[in-house]
Amino acid sequence: MLGRSASSLFWMARYMERAENIARLIQVGHRISLTPDSTGGYREDWKSTLASAGCLAAFEAGGGKLAAAEVQHFMLFDRDNPSSIRASLETARNNGRAVRTALTREMWEAMNSTWNEFSAIDPAGVGPGAMAELLDWVRQRSAQFRGAMLGSLLRDEGFHFCQLGTFAERADNTARILDVKYNVLLPANAALGGERNQHQWDTILRSVSAVGAYRYFYRDQLRPRQVAEFLMLRPEMPRSLRFCSDFMAPALASLAAMTGGGASSFALGEALAADMRAADLDTIMRGGLHEFLGDFLARNAAIALAAASDYHFD
Amino acid sequence: MRIAITHSTTYRSEGAARAIQALRLTPPSGQSQTVVSWQVRVPGGGTPMRYTDAFGNLVELAASNGPVTDVRIVAEGVVDTVDTAGVVGPGWEAMAPDVCLRRTKLTESDDAIRAFGESCRRDDTLSTLHAILDELHELVAYDTSATTSDTTAKAAFASRRGVCQDHAHIFIAAARSLSIPARYVTGYMLTDGGESVAHHAWAEALTVELGWVGFDAANGQCPTERYVRLAIGLDALEAAPIRGIRLGGAAESLHVGVSVQESQSQSQSQA
Amino acid sequence: MLKKQAYSTGNDTVCFDEMLRSDFSARDCYRTLYDWLQRQTQSGIRTKQAEADAIFRRMGITFAVYGAAEANERLIPFDLIPRVISAAEWRFLERGIEQRVRALNAFLHDIYHRQEIVRAGLIPSAMVNGNSAFLPQMMGFDPPRGVYSHIIGTDIVRTAEDGFFVLEDNLRTPSGVSYMLENRETMMHLFPELFAAHRVAPVERYPELLRQTLESVAPSGCDGEPTIAVLTPGIFNSAYFEHAFLADQMGVELVQGSDLVVEDGALWMRTIRGRARVDVLYRRIDDAFIDPLNFRPDSLLGVPGLFDLYRAGRVTLVNAPGTGIADDKAVYAYVPAIVEFYTGEKPILKNVATWRCAIDEERAHVLAHLEELVVKEVHGSGGYGMLIGPRSTRQQRADFAERIRANPGNYIAQPTLALSTCPAFAGSGVGPRHVDLRPFVLVGDRVRVVPGGLTRVALKKGSLVVNSSQGGGTKDTWVLED
Repeated sequence: MLGRSASSLFWMARYMERAENIARLIQVGHRISLTPDSTGGYREDWKSTLASAGCLAAFEAGGGKLAAAEVQHFMLFDRDNPSSIRASLETARNNGRAVRTALTREMWEAMNSTWNEFSAIDPAGVGPGAMAELLDWVRQRSAQFRGAMLGSLLRDEGFHFCQLGTFAERADNTARILDVKYNVLLPANAALGGERNQHQWDTILRSVSAVGAYRYFYRDQLRPRQVAEFLMLRPEMPRSLRFCSDFMAPALASLAAMTGGGASSFALGEALAADMRAADLDTIMRGGLHEFLGDFLARNAAIALAAASDYHFD
Repeated sequence: MRIAITHSTTYRSEGAARAIQALRLTPPSGQSQTVVSWQVRVPGGGTPMRYTDAFGNLVELAASNGPVTDVRIVAEGVVDTVDTAGVVGPGWEAMAPDVCLRRTKLTESDDAIRAFGESCRRDDTLSTLHAILDELHELVAYDTSATTSDTTAKAAFASRRGVCQDHAHIFIAAARSLSIPARYVTGYMLTDGGESVAHHAWAEALTVELGWVGFDAANGQCPTERYVRLAIGLDALEAAPIRGIRLGGAAESLHVGVSVQESQSQSQSQA
Repeated sequence: MLKKQAYSTGNDTVCFDEMLRSDFSARDCYRTLYDWLQRQTQSGIRTKQAEADAIFRRMGITFAVYGAAEANERLIPFDLIPRVISAAEWRFLERGIEQRVRALNAFLHDIYHRQEIVRAGLIPSAMVNGNSAFLPQMMGFDPPRGVYSHIIGTDIVRTAEDGFFVLEDNLRTPSGVSYMLENRETMMHLFPELFAAHRVAPVERYPELLRQTLESVAPSGCDGEPTIAVLTPGIFNSAYFEHAFLADQMGVELVQGSDLVVEDGALWMRTIRGRARVDVLYRRIDDAFIDPLNFRPDSLLGVPGLFDLYRAGRVTLVNAPGTGIADDKAVYAYVPAIVEFYTGEKPILKNVATWRCAIDEERAHVLAHLEELVVKEVHGSGGYGMLIGPRSTRQQRADFAERIRANPGNYIAQPTLALSTCPAFAGSGVGPRHVDLRPFVLVGDRVRVVPGGLTRVALKKGSLVVNSSQGGGTKDTWVLED
């Protein structure tokens, strides 16, 4: 397999995952903007939505107004925002096109038809009423693509590069969401009887579609300690940092075994997974939650760089 | 005459870069010259890949494995020459002579060059070429500051100034405008004045009478035993002793050193 | 749904219809299809057409249209009604094509060596040596097996029962073969009953034959099974789908220039396991862009040093650089003489009469008859830069006359051919539409011609331009077996 093909598979999977994550963030932002706050106005939290999506700086550079319509357009349709859903679907599809032969027909058709249909949408024609439906559709299509991949792709190198891309992106997304609101998860909040932060915890969970899962798993009300544990350390939670590192490590191990190379990315992946397995919440909180998340984001990025270098797609 | 030549070229790039170079740095043996010994040293040592191109030049391909900052290429050897009054004589080459009538960007003619060529037309090809040689030598002054390696024949002729490359390009353009096949030659020249002009270039044109003959318009003469031919092509770009590409890295400095000397060993062997 | 009265091109030009004779009886090879067509309903065909379009779109079989910024990927319209060629007709075409491609390869070998044909006075030296499609750097080089153009698309038009003409020889990087294969796949999916009723010669072996051809021209120093790769300019190229398709069908890597590197006297591709050697490169990049060290220095698509490797016999380029001289439109007029010179036989396939504007008398004729002629740019392609006399306005003709006078060497002219028509699904029924044919030929250790090819069809009523960039579509092409 060409180094460039590995790169294309990695980024294709990343961007399909990103499209879904961005859709979820927009939905949550939208929901917040409809919720009255205690002062009788509406909560507007678009700044943290943009920060969670990793595109606050780009938005501010564009000089847009921090309001629902502008932010939603920026995150959905903006051609110059590399993390917009439009750009994500297009980049995913172009990467897929470059390795068309390494994909199954199901994967290609899922991705290609998503792009064809999305690119035909006139942004001006998508009113507030149609927004929810469109975002649901994006998430369904991403799920369809992932399903096609899991159900039809040969378990050779290509599959593992896809897995690596998917979980690197997902880990990045979850870590960012936590980092933007890490302050509301600090133990000090619980001690202060932080029911006032209830909606913030709810937002965090919604951003990774985990409200229902949380209640099912803990059988309890929202508590910041459990929210943090759930999204960072629980191996049962499919968008937790632990879960992601648990999937990246074997993908890297398989690649190393299949190619006889990949030593440095393999070592980094193993180390991160081992540390996440051993981590406990108290230690993390003592060392600083923000610092822990920053370190995780850096290590996650380093794994991707090491893989690119190991497999000749840097 | 026995001539000893050392030709070194050093490229330095800002930051490491992969470098790949096609070298036309090996002189051919022929009627006017016999190569006694010659070697080309490239970075990393070893034997570079070789082939003979359409003009009969020996080309060596030197590619760095991985990024480097310095590339130093040294060609060195000894050549015995005889004076043939510029006549090149038979040698291997696949090129159809009429290909040397083609236009290239550097040798394209314009009305001025065509008129100049026309004014040099004589009864036979050889006389015509000598007329171009003499007139051009008078008309275009030798000036190292007026032109660059990208200057076209048209521009150099219009400015009436240039170096050996420009003289050769104008000569070629004028000859081709008269339907006389002409080509570019790089080589070395033994001079009394030090090494600045030792790395030299001139033109060759095809005559009915004598085959290919050399014309050095910069010096107003046909090559003598003080000349060593290195490589030929349609213009300076194609005949370039080193044509290279750097992938990555930034601004590059280039240093070329050429030493051409009459070899002592011949005097000794004759003594 | 086929109404005889309505079966017309809509203009007065009399032309040969491949299905119906002038008395509306079906020609032999079309008899079964004709009966079938008469039984079809309009809504039935429309449903199948929609199904076919959906298949192509899902597969991503698109092409890029230059100059159209939006929607730069379009579907080439596909017409459901197959074009039928009888076994006898095909045998004739096959012999003619084989003769022609052998002669053109011999011509290439000759002009890059001793140029006997020039010495013999059959073609002017300047036409060869001064031609911009001639590549001096190729002189004196012997490609493996002496083959220059391995993959050829010969464009053939028909004007009568036995009136076949070669309109163009494409010896550089002809495209379209993926459409031939996908059209067949789609038709077999949609109309199995039609295949049961005909003996259609299969085309699906093409990728295997292509692979065999490429393997047969590996460099002489290559031990064992040669490694093949397909070089594409990238996903934004109009024929990218085809590049990916062919690589996939042959089971070889699809590479871009940035995947390749020249090192240690060999060509390598960068893989996840490190570098892997490439022996044969089927490149779908034009000559000028394959190697910035030897050709256009600003090219980012190619590989520096690739041509040097090729000349040193370390890698085979397919097609060879410099094959464009053999399909140059100015050289075209000499092809009958070329065929005779190298094969000692009369050409089996005819050329279309051609006037070269570079020659005074011929130019005078062209300028006096612009209204009847088709004028083409010598280096143009894809139906651009072309004047179709009978369909032109006075102003267009005046403009073209001026362009011809300014640069006569750049133009040739041909009579406006009454291209044959085939039945096509025309929205409200079945109507005759003009077609051409591009069979694909492979030349390696032997000549291989796949029975069939790409039929291009001018879907606009009465139009003679079949290029996909100008509103043309494609059809499946059925060569019947005896």
